[in-house]
Amino acid sequence: MAKYQTPMLDELEKGAWPSFVTEIKKAAKNSKMAEDELGQLEKSFQTKRGYWKHGGIVGVLGYGSGVIGRYSSLPEEFPGVAHFHTYRINQPSGFFYTSEALKEICDIWDKYGSGLTNLHGSTGDLVLLGTTTDALEPLFAEYSSRGWDLGGSGSAMRTPSCCIGQARCEWANINAMDICNHFTQHFQDELHRPAFPYKFKIKVSGCACDCVAAIARADLSIIGTWKGDIRIDQAEVKNYADNGMDIQKEIVGMCPTECMTYEGGELKINNEKCSRCMHCISKMTKALRPGEEKGASILVGSKAPIVVGSLISWVLVPFIKAEAPYEELTELTENIIEWWDDNAKPRERLGELIEVKGMRPLLEAIGVAPQPQQVKEPRKDPFFFWSESDFEK
Amino acid sequence: MSLPERQTDVGPPHYEKFLPPVIKNNYGKWKYHEVLSPGTMVHVAESGDELYTVRVASPRLLSTETIREVCDLAEKYCDGYLRFTTRNNIELLISDKAKLDPCVAELKEKGYMIGGIGPRISNVIHTQGWVHCHGACTDASGLVKAMMDELHEYFTTKELPNKVRLAVACCVNMCGAVHVSDIAVVAVHRKVPVIDDENVAKMCEIPTTVGSCPTSAIRPNPKTKSVTINEEKCMYCGNCFTVCPPINIHNPEEDGVAIVVGGKIGSLRTSPKFSKLAIPFFYNEPPRWPKVVDAIKNILNVYAENARKHERVGEWIERVGWEEFFKLTGIEFTFQHIDDFTFMRDTMRSSAAFKY
Repeated sequence: MAKYQTPMLDELEKGAWPSFVTEIKKAAKNSKMAEDELGQLEKSFQTKRGYWKHGGIVGVLGYGSGVIGRYSSLPEEFPGVAHFHTYRINQPSGFFYTSEALKEICDIWDKYGSGLTNLHGSTGDLVLLGTTTDALEPLFAEYSSRGWDLGGSGSAMRTPSCCIGQARCEWANINAMDICNHFTQHFQDELHRPAFPYKFKIKVSGCACDCVAAIARADLSIIGTWKGDIRIDQAEVKNYADNGMDIQKEIVGMCPTECMTYEGGELKINNEKCSRCMHCISKMTKALRPGEEKGASILVGSKAPIVVGSLISWVLVPFIKAEAPYEELTELTENIIEWWDDNAKPRERLGELIEVKGMRPLLEAIGVAPQPQQVKEPRKDPFFFWSESDFEK
Repeated sequence: MSLPERQTDVGPPHYEKFLPPVIKNNYGKWKYHEVLSPGTMVHVAESGDELYTVRVASPRLLSTETIREVCDLAEKYCDGYLRFTTRNNIELLISDKAKLDPCVAELKEKGYMIGGIGPRISNVIHTQGWVHCHGACTDASGLVKAMMDELHEYFTTKELPNKVRLAVACCVNMCGAVHVSDIAVVAVHRKVPVIDDENVAKMCEIPTTVGSCPTSAIRPNPKTKSVTINEEKCMYCGNCFTVCPPINIHNPEEDGVAIVVGGKIGSLRTSPKFSKLAIPFFYNEPPRWPKVVDAIKNILNVYAENARKHERVGEWIERVGWEEFFKLTGIEFTFQHIDDFTFMRDTMRSSAAFKY
């Protein structure tokens, strides 16, 4: 018989959508931790409040991140979750697995933890929910020896994440998975030993559709783009028209730059005028393909509301080549991080620092020229700084 | 029993280890894809090779038992290859077309929900909530379950003008994509936090605590070695609680959730957009938050009836105007809707032309 009566949670096992309550109950069959998680959660639903204390400092030897301490504020009532720490496993790029690898992760987790997971956490890690302080070193030995390292947490480089990129997507202008893996490996020390003013996130998307939300959720947003002409297959354009697509209305009429015409069954694009937004390509996947000169746009600064309001990343470098071994991209990234690390106050994200200092000091620090692509419009007020270097010209 | 030898800073396994042969052979050489049904699609490579994908809904919070069951299905139909999407859907990757229909059939038979591709609602991005977070002032998984029990047909079958991205954040830290989602729920506080002076003096660094406040509402209190909060300036963000736990922002009877709308991430047609406030507050009503769910259904229905094909929620609202959005949805406009934080200059109307 179940240890706890959970009428509120039982209600959430009804209905069509897959139930997280069912998942906790499945884990609770084999784990006292998961069983007490269920009991405490029911209490939260009854009283409309959480019962977790602020994270304490726990971790594995030599690392300052990857484990988030979590303790119940009701350890006597729910002893199974007295310690209920999070263990973040750094996911492989693109969230690809084999069943063998995932089952091995599960076997180890069942031995040392609650059997509950998040696939995946918001930043991208494979999150293991709920273990004790004593279990952390054994877990780390088991996982790291099999090639599964910890992800980031705290004021560190956070686990980089990416879209599926060239593994399956015909729109990927850059090798998003490889760039993500490259930066993850390059910044291992920064990931595991928090020494930054605050968190720093890198996300990589292959095109402006931005499936990993790089532009909204990363201090450094790397987004694939192209130069040159969109490739058109007119026979496939005709097929779309024959199959009922109103090309004039849905494609030409919704193009934000009005760079397209559709006359006599032929779709024409004035590529000079195109802003490469991906609308037409995403709606006519068989007829239109991005141009062949590939690269990335680098944007910076996005974050959620804490502390001074949310930000969506700003264009810093409109176009940069992004091919292995990514030397230019890596140097640029290191320079951006160095400028932030040197100038930010504690708990100040890159975007907030730029708001305080202005974009110019960053552009000068990384050697990037001012360009109209960086702004929606120029400044409106007649107050502006001049520096000595402006007079020397 | 002895433990294996630990390794440090090895990073994650290289992704190549987990790619099915059809992906390895056609990496970077995909030509196009076609959506076959709301939950299946085929990608075709320049070589002519095909990869079939089945997308499955997930509560994100998964037991090892369920993961093993999905792995067994991947072994049966996909040579063991599977992945997860950036929105936490499960994807089974099928190289042999003959296995597609049997795979879909078995998934359905086992109760899995297939869908989420195309102009629909995909899996909902959400945070930990009461399940595992100290800062949560609502339960994210519970809200998602309650919402999607009502909206699941927009995952499995029904179409919308464009995709609609839903998200739930259990506090304003927003460990999800609430600030850029079509329709999202964010939990909010409404009362000035209560200061436990004795513990603030013991546990907190005063300058950090003062510095954590975005509205400069916090001042040191030398008498108590604690801090005071200017109630007129406090916007209840809870950042002080994050750096100094004895400043208690939680107030179960007055905490609740807001609904924001119109955000988007992609640059398609229009620039990425922040979500904006639609409804400032609902009380927490676990387990099913019926008023929140009804409000989301209403917004979604008004969007579905009024938007043009391919318009996202935010694009539709910008075309018709926010005054029309409030009129069409019947949502009351309040003081809370008018920005008095960082975006006021951008958001007040400076025009004599508007609708009634």
